[in-house]
Amino acid sequence: MIKIMLGIALTLFSVAIAISLYRIIKGPSIPDRVIAMDMIGVNLISGIAAVSILLKTKAYLEVILILGILAFISTISLSRFIERGVIIERKRSG
Amino acid sequence: MKINDVILQTVTKIVVFIILTMAVYLFISGHNSPGGGFIGGLVLASALVLLFLAFDTETIMKRIPLDFKMVAAVGAFIAVATGAASLFLDIPFLSHAYSYFNLPVFGKTGLATVTIFELGVALGVVGVVVTIILSISEDV
Repeated sequence: MIKIMLGIALTLFSVAIAISLYRIIKGPSIPDRVIAMDMIGVNLISGIAAVSILLKTKAYLEVILILGILAFISTISLSRFIERGVIIERKRSG
Repeated sequence: MKINDVILQTVTKIVVFIILTMAVYLFISGHNSPGGGFIGGLVLASALVLLFLAFDTETIMKRIPLDFKMVAAVGAFIAVATGAASLFLDIPFLSHAYSYFNLPVFGKTGLATVTIFELGVALGVVGVVVTIILSISEDV
């Protein structure tokens, strides 16, 4: 039973990743692309969690944590680039 | 309109400690499970990059007065030195020792000299990644 549920969940996660990939390629503005990239990260994390339940292993938990950190930092830096144009400032202005 | 990033800086002050804990865990979980010096160094460098993002380079460099090129050089020296130390004992280059000790708190613990080599690798990775990030962001 739980295998069928996890299989359906994995299929839906891959459909969601495909949809957000379409948004990255097509997306009219840069914020759309950033949001779609963050969505890919979240769906990837959930998919890896489902796979690690399915395979009954703990080996993928570090992957989840590191993907979370990297998605967080990349979303922050991209949104900073959109808003300010500078990612790492030399001296704080405001 | 004046832009401030109070939320980002407040979140960063907490999240950096989580990332640093994760880096130390990955560094120690070493050679039996996923982890090791390279990945621990990369996660440590990502914590530093998050600090540089949320604050600015001058504030962070005042608080962490390290020349990261020197950090990379010291790391490479440690890594090569642990490899070369085995030459003086008449065994092949990069040989490592492994043994069990009775430590006070941990009980019977397996300690390896690979950990010192991994420390060198981690310092080298941190130094190189932070130097690259800082020199890319310099030219604005």
